[in-house]
Amino acid sequence: MSSDTSKVASSNGKTAATPSKPSKGGIVANWADERLGLAGMMKKNLRKVFPDHWSFMLGEIALWSFVVLLISGVFLTLWFKPTMAEIVYNGSYDQFRGMYVTEAFASSLDISFDIRGGLLMRQMHHWAAMLFIASMMIHLLRVYFTGAFRKPRELNWVIGCLLLILGTLEGFTGYSLPDDLLSGTGVRAADGFIKAIPVVGSYLSFLIFGGEFPGDDIITRFYIAHVLLLPGLLLALIAAHMLLLVYHKHTQWAGPGRTEGNVVGFPMLPVYAAKAGGFFFIVFGVSALMGGLMTINPVWKMGPYDPTKVTAGSQPDWYMGWPDGALRIMPGWESEFWGHTIPWNVFLPIIVLPGLMFTILLLLPFLEAWITGDKREHHLLDRPRNAPTRTALMVSLMTFYGLMWAAGGNDIIAIKLHLSINQITYAMRVLVFVGPAIAFFITRRWCISLQRHDNDVLLHGYETGIIMRSPEGAYAEKHLPIGEDEAYALTARDREPDLETIETEGDPSDDGRAAKLRRKLRALWYADNVQKPTVTELEASHHHDEAEHELAGALDGHAVDGHQFDGMHPVDDEPLRDKH
Amino acid sequence: MSAHDPNLPAQAEQEPIADPGLEPHQWRPTDVDPKAEKRAERQVAALFGLSALSAIGFVVAYFAIDGGTENPTRFGYLGAQNIALGVLLGLALLLIGIGIIQWARKLMGDQEIVEMRHPAASSEEDREATLAALAQGLEESGIGRRPLVRNSLLGAVGMLALPSVVLLRDLGKIDIPALARTIWAPGMRLVRDVVGTPIKASDLEVGDLVNGLPEALFPTPENGYPAEEAHGSKLQVNKSKTAIVIVRMEPDEIIPGPGREDWSVDGILCYSKICTHVGCPISLYERTTHHLLCPCHQSTFDLGDSARVVFGPAARPLPQLPLDVDEEGYLIARSDFTEPVGPSYWERG
Repeated sequence: MSSDTSKVASSNGKTAATPSKPSKGGIVANWADERLGLAGMMKKNLRKVFPDHWSFMLGEIALWSFVVLLISGVFLTLWFKPTMAEIVYNGSYDQFRGMYVTEAFASSLDISFDIRGGLLMRQMHHWAAMLFIASMMIHLLRVYFTGAFRKPRELNWVIGCLLLILGTLEGFTGYSLPDDLLSGTGVRAADGFIKAIPVVGSYLSFLIFGGEFPGDDIITRFYIAHVLLLPGLLLALIAAHMLLLVYHKHTQWAGPGRTEGNVVGFPMLPVYAAKAGGFFFIVFGVSALMGGLMTINPVWKMGPYDPTKVTAGSQPDWYMGWPDGALRIMPGWESEFWGHTIPWNVFLPIIVLPGLMFTILLLLPFLEAWITGDKREHHLLDRPRNAPTRTALMVSLMTFYGLMWAAGGNDIIAIKLHLSINQITYAMRVLVFVGPAIAFFITRRWCISLQRHDNDVLLHGYETGIIMRSPEGAYAEKHLPIGEDEAYALTARDREPDLETIETEGDPSDDGRAAKLRRKLRALWYADNVQKPTVTELEASHHHDEAEHELAGALDGHAVDGHQFDGMHPVDDEPLRDKH
Repeated sequence: MSAHDPNLPAQAEQEPIADPGLEPHQWRPTDVDPKAEKRAERQVAALFGLSALSAIGFVVAYFAIDGGTENPTRFGYLGAQNIALGVLLGLALLLIGIGIIQWARKLMGDQEIVEMRHPAASSEEDREATLAALAQGLEESGIGRRPLVRNSLLGAVGMLALPSVVLLRDLGKIDIPALARTIWAPGMRLVRDVVGTPIKASDLEVGDLVNGLPEALFPTPENGYPAEEAHGSKLQVNKSKTAIVIVRMEPDEIIPGPGREDWSVDGILCYSKICTHVGCPISLYERTTHHLLCPCHQSTFDLGDSARVVFGPAARPLPQLPLDVDEEGYLIARSDFTEPVGPSYWERG
């Protein structure tokens, strides 16, 4: 597609780049292409189109914060000593001078106090990790709520989920490295979690810690996982995530000229290269500002790890908070039989539950496709309201997550709000089941009423805020039709499939349990969904509106904003109606 | 919709409102007004210039601001140098980013262009060609016709899992019975943690809570305990199992457990400090109720009643250490703990 560049800023040059003799760049390009054949691939991709919307930037934050993590992380490895060997601390932080600490802790203090810019890099690294995980989560929500996970993008959803769990593990291994009191307490708890696994738990604990907890290997082992194994996997998966994004082309919002068959937006070169490249510097810069101005994980305040000590308010990093909450509100159940113990109070909330939640997350696209029976490709995004059950499902999961997370801070809530920790815990035990159900119901109905509202706007126009009084004394608000582009965007969505047709699809005689369940779920999935108006409905309402306009016509032409009658202006000469 | 090719994008049926097509492009002020264009150019260059100045400022701050020992404690432990470096590096990066984006928004072409999509699936010909090539390759390899070769190869490759798993065996020495014993031994003195001084029973007041350790972790020539148990990872392992809390309460407030009638000395009781939930050390003590609360997950134990769990996720009481006094009046252990300390595990029984 050629575009009109006649008026594009003249500084960009108006003549095509056809130099009379080959430029230096041309010589280099020729040299490279003769060996790599880049032109064939680049001709398609240099001007690849990306649609524009603020929400498409969330994943980009995750990508760039990962790059910041790589850069700041390499800096930290130059000084960090990943060993639990015992040494006497002799750095500049007075309180610990002369104490026996591990090299890991001592070098963390050195990075904080004796290496210029070290504290900045440590804090940037930790803040960027927060940004990385938070933006992955918000990006995941964006993708889910807009239906961007549907065919053909289900595998990219799976890759994204794997990135989230690997990122979480990367965060845990990372904040455990300084071997301070708080992180050591986290590792101590992790040892308890591992030991809770039936049959193999104790063996795993001895193998992971290199002997009895805490041993002297765990920091070194976490370190290699944190700087090589996990980042390697993350990098490979991020590459796959991006390749699939390019192959599938980005989804876009419905709108004039934007269809399932095309993608409308700005070309990669120059606009997106500049915007994305510029955005990298912004994410990097924000991380630097956060590292410079906001303290995070002050290991010198916690002191070195000591298995006999603990601080009040021991919370893991926030993204580990929700399973910790589950652990806190779990009743103290434990079974003993034939000389064996299963600590359900630990095994269920911290091993089984996260695994279960993660499996549900992975399966969401496949679950929805199975229920709806939709096998088509989707490139236009859904507004969350137009898929009420999908939206409600995620809000319900978010509510579960949020309540569990709050339970993970039950001690903080108790202290700050002067509540009884026992009552909070008992309430949470109920709320984590009731809350998601309520959230599901409310969200679903909310979506449906928003759909109704959309239809009202389409059929009767938007509310102008102008109240009119008819000669008979009746009051009515004046509605005006919305613009054509806007109206089109509102209607550019799928109509609910005819349930009867889908049901007879495939093998109608299939009366198996799965088929029955599927039919039932499908009916529930679409129940009460509001359809966009049909052509006839739209025409009928417009005729109706025109009739109404004629009635109200006499009232038109004088917009009264009401301020004339606020008691502060003289109104004697103010006409209540224009003179015709 | 039954006739619709499932690999093609979803198609809307009859739309109530026809697609009006792409909005017409709007020229920006910088496209039509040379003054605005020049202004934008200067803005972008100024942003880049300020970024360069910030980078120079970073270098100056690195060398000029005293990074000495007291500096890190300034400004709420952020440190003057850290703030300067962070702000200047942040500005140097942000201004480049803002400059580039300003350039893209004001000066680069802003015409939206359209690209057509294609189904993610390969074309039918490609599929057929691939399947044919695959079938031919498999046929030529004879993998289908020679099950002996195929199966023995699968077996050999599968067997490679064994060496790779076995190689991991020496990750750690497995000694599960060690989880059930500690260095507490009959006659070993209880000492205060950190300082290591022995505790006279008569020195404890009703309502006191003392954090303690076994004397063996504070070896001296006089007490003759070996030094190697009290250093490095050995020390950490021992601490993680032997840490205790010692409390004194009115003897009539104690409900002794069966068989534990003589485990206390004048209302002095001793329990493991390691939570039976996931192993945090506990010491938030409420003296009026004798409740001990774990700050990690809020398990609460009643120390007057054999450390029974009164609240929270823990399933077991804290193990109790049987107490006695030696001839000098110092508290000593009558034995090791009678059950494993800390979190539950499969073999705990």
